[in-house]
Amino acid sequence: MTETLGFWVAAVVLVAASLAVVLTPNLFHAVLWLAAALVATGGVFLLLDSPFLFGVQLLLYAGGVVTIVVFAIMLTERLVGESIRQTSRFVFNGAVLAAAVFVGILGFLLQAGAVTRPAAVGDQLGDLGRALVGPFAAPLQLLGVLLVIALLGALYFARAED
Amino acid sequence: MPLHAYLVLAALVFVIGLFGVLTRRNAVGILLGIELMLNAVNINLVAFSRFRADLAGLIFTLFTIAITVAEVAVGLAIVIVIFRVRRTIEADHLDLLRG
Repeated sequence: MTETLGFWVAAVVLVAASLAVVLTPNLFHAVLWLAAALVATGGVFLLLDSPFLFGVQLLLYAGGVVTIVVFAIMLTERLVGESIRQTSRFVFNGAVLAAAVFVGILGFLLQAGAVTRPAAVGDQLGDLGRALVGPFAAPLQLLGVLLVIALLGALYFARAED
Repeated sequence: MPLHAYLVLAALVFVIGLFGVLTRRNAVGILLGIELMLNAVNINLVAFSRFRADLAGLIFTLFTIAITVAEVAVGLAIVIVIFRVRRTIEADHLDLLRG
């Protein structure tokens, strides 16, 4: 029952880290908790037999996104010259609304029937690669164009003023 | 674990992110909440892909991960520009477009 144990470990780490992200007053700590949550999500991907997505998650999310956010915080903190405290407002209303959405989703889940897990497929990574250059080739190219546009736009926004 | 366990976990992470987006005052904090919500969607996609033995879910997840990285880069660039102009990243203070 390694899958059950792994699931509970990943689930507890993921939920605890997510709560820390939205509750800790220190913005820098929130980003570090986000990194923990993203790694735990990678663990969930591993449990779902997707080691490739686990690698992508670590490289792009836990590596890339967290680094960018840390840089942004350090830049703004240095400009303002003090540590940024972050506070929350409407905590009660937010909690009520989030709980309502959760109950709504649970309502849908409870109506759905159980699905049995099919046996693991052999060469998932090969199929993924063939799909990316086969039926999904055009979206993949569009994704590349989107990335270039987004990064050029970010560069344009954040350029040094002259 | 059954599919429902993964879906409930994803729903839990999603509403925690929603709570963060609703309650954070800081623009970077709001972006972190959005990250959590997108992450929950990825868990759902991978879980459905695994349990239905359909590769499309994995490819969708790859795409959402890449798009999220682009979104974070642009979002943080906007935050830095707003900070330069207004000297604040408190979302409540950014009411220039309020009628």
